[in-house]
Amino acid sequence: MSSNTASLMATLTSTDPVLAAFADQVGSEGPVAIVGGQTRWSTGGPIDPAARLLHAPTGIVEYIPEEMIVRVRAGTTVAELHTELADRGQRTALPQRSDTSTVGGAFTVGENDLAMLRRGSIRSALLQVRYVSAEGRVITGGGPTVKNVTGFDLPRLMVGALGTLGLLAEVIIRTNPIPAASVWLRSDVADPFRARDAVLAPSVVLWDGSTTWIQLEGHGPDVEAETASLAAVGSFTAVDAPPALPGERWSLEPAALRSLAGTNSDRLANHDTGAFVASVGTGLLFAERPQPSRAISPVVAALSAQMKQNFDPTGRLNPGRIAGTN
Amino acid sequence: MADDRVRNDGAERSLLSHDASVFDGGVSGPICFPTSTAEVQSIMRIAMKHGRSVVPRGAGTGLAGGAIPLGAPIVVAMTKMNAILEVDIDNRVAWVEPGVINLDLTKYLTPKGFHFAPDPSSQQVCTIGGNVANNSGGPHCLAYGVTNAHIAAIEVVLPSGEVAMLGGLDAEPAGLDLRGAFVGSEGTLGIATRVAVALTKNPPHVRTLLLSFASVRDAANTVSAVIAAGIVPAAMEVMDQRITEAVENYVHAGYPTDAAAVLLAEVDGLAAGVDIDADAIGEIGRANGATEVRLAQTEEERALLWKGRKTAFGAIAQIAPDYYLHDTVVPRSALADVLEQIYAIADRHELLVMNVFHAGDGNLHPLLIFDAREPGVLERVHAAGGEIITASLAAGGVLSGEHGIGVEKQDYMERLFTSDDLDHQARLRRAFDPQCRANPGKVLPTGHSCADIQALRSVPTGVWG
Repeated sequence: MSSNTASLMATLTSTDPVLAAFADQVGSEGPVAIVGGQTRWSTGGPIDPAARLLHAPTGIVEYIPEEMIVRVRAGTTVAELHTELADRGQRTALPQRSDTSTVGGAFTVGENDLAMLRRGSIRSALLQVRYVSAEGRVITGGGPTVKNVTGFDLPRLMVGALGTLGLLAEVIIRTNPIPAASVWLRSDVADPFRARDAVLAPSVVLWDGSTTWIQLEGHGPDVEAETASLAAVGSFTAVDAPPALPGERWSLEPAALRSLAGTNSDRLANHDTGAFVASVGTGLLFAERPQPSRAISPVVAALSAQMKQNFDPTGRLNPGRIAGTN
Repeated sequence: MADDRVRNDGAERSLLSHDASVFDGGVSGPICFPTSTAEVQSIMRIAMKHGRSVVPRGAGTGLAGGAIPLGAPIVVAMTKMNAILEVDIDNRVAWVEPGVINLDLTKYLTPKGFHFAPDPSSQQVCTIGGNVANNSGGPHCLAYGVTNAHIAAIEVVLPSGEVAMLGGLDAEPAGLDLRGAFVGSEGTLGIATRVAVALTKNPPHVRTLLLSFASVRDAANTVSAVIAAGIVPAAMEVMDQRITEAVENYVHAGYPTDAAAVLLAEVDGLAAGVDIDADAIGEIGRANGATEVRLAQTEEERALLWKGRKTAFGAIAQIAPDYYLHDTVVPRSALADVLEQIYAIADRHELLVMNVFHAGDGNLHPLLIFDAREPGVLERVHAAGGEIITASLAAGGVLSGEHGIGVEKQDYMERLFTSDDLDHQARLRRAFDPQCRANPGKVLPTGHSCADIQALRSVPTGVWG
């Protein structure tokens, strides 16, 4: 047996003193909140000022490229993780929003990378989670293998929960190979929806209402062939980078982006975005103006409140934050 | 509900006391065949009012006992809710009822250029609702991911009788990911009544390779080396010699019966990439001792190779009347070692074992072959099964890759999780089902499960009259 698998075995129950120390810091009483890179600090509402502010532990614990998994503590920056992985030709589905954005922050907020069509969703990237509970205990959910249906899916529940059910301490993440070739293309005439359908698997399709950008990744000859097939939709030219994205993030049904075509008044009637860059195929949209509050049905709201009650009966974890509010 | 959709006769109740697993001990109460969400709500409310539990059921192909009724519950058979409601190409989803059969959905979508990616071996009969309940896998989940990655939204009737829409068609639905919590919950959180499944574009090019090896270890090492080379094939399946022989006798797919193991590898995507990756897999195979590398030349040849793999379990019937199919996952690099241990375990218990498995995921499916009429054989089968689980966990693996926990492995959960971990799983469960009325007695070990399990289990057979 390789030393790699032996070391994984030892991790099924956490014996990491760093995690134990983090759990001690969290303790079992009083409001407490975790500070990551503060990239998305306002998401879910302001933190109760009475909360003690803590940082999650840092460090890449174990990286096994041939298993395509990496175990990393939650306070590690995504930038550090991706630098380490790139040395072995790999990356993850985590967005790298700034140099200080943390792995724990990314999962806690649950926003996807712009290239989610190729890299997969962030919620599918999490294989195992270790978090500190409201009682100050280290809890493990999921496991280190890429496929696992052993028990209830705590990892999925933690993604996007804004740290309101548990405070992320360490995760095992699925990694992906970095494709051999990558190109950004731009067209001022192409219909973005037709462009998306003209290729098999674009990594990103962006559209600001008039200009379309596409990122294609894969084997070199395939990227060239896909680039050529886009000619049927319109003239594309290679560019260095995608456009800058407006600051407000929207999540819409992918088909809803079609309603952004047309005149400004049409658009306003549908979605009051201001200037926007939409991600065709995902329904994500980056706009000047914020997305109106999205309704959560009373039944789902009650179910979510019950979940919170079961995991954090005194409401001490990230108090003030509510998953699902802008 | 119409009389013909509520059954309470002994024969039918006896039939639905089982699923495809070796487990029994279940006693079914009345069996309902609802045709609408409203009917499922009524069933839930009636069950709630009378303090009874409910067990949802699809095609009954589960192998972990997840659908066997414990404590004379109402069995809610979802097979009559089998409509494909809408194909929404723009949103890349299809809305389906849970009784739709997996392969029927893919057949319906294929002419439109899409398919449903999870393809369990039972896909000719298993239902989408069952796939959701078990977070099902299949050979092509290596590249495409398991069911959870392909479910956008689920309409669920909660144990309270209320209806909740979990998830959404957008990429980042507001609030907690209750959809993610529901998928794979084995019927313990409520009953799915409508599901938005993701549409996966059919790949324009596919290459299927058959590699032969003189040892199972060489095949397993090839699988590890392919992943290590940064190639993620659509599928990588290994069959050992015993099962290859059985399959070849059954479907005559042209499998080599003299090889100790065969690896079926498939890559799909764009024209250049599939050739680059297929060549690389062939080379990696030869470097790891492949005695033959064969590329399927025609669609017919390709289909036949897959038919062989997918009917492997049917082929067993000619060898022995009974089999017990295990399901564990190990790190890919540990495949060869754990397989050697599995052969040794079977030898020690004087059992025949065959291995056919999703090698690319490290998902093992040891198949213990036996004749249940042989005195004492079941004890040996269960003892060997326990040792296989122990060997898998010791290699850094997990209890189940796709079959679920059901009643089969609930008592092994404490080997993988601490008491605190299991307590948190129970908290998730209780948020949906505080009284533990949905499929009680499954997944969590008895000590961590619902308080009323023991009472439910002791309900006498005749309680429903």
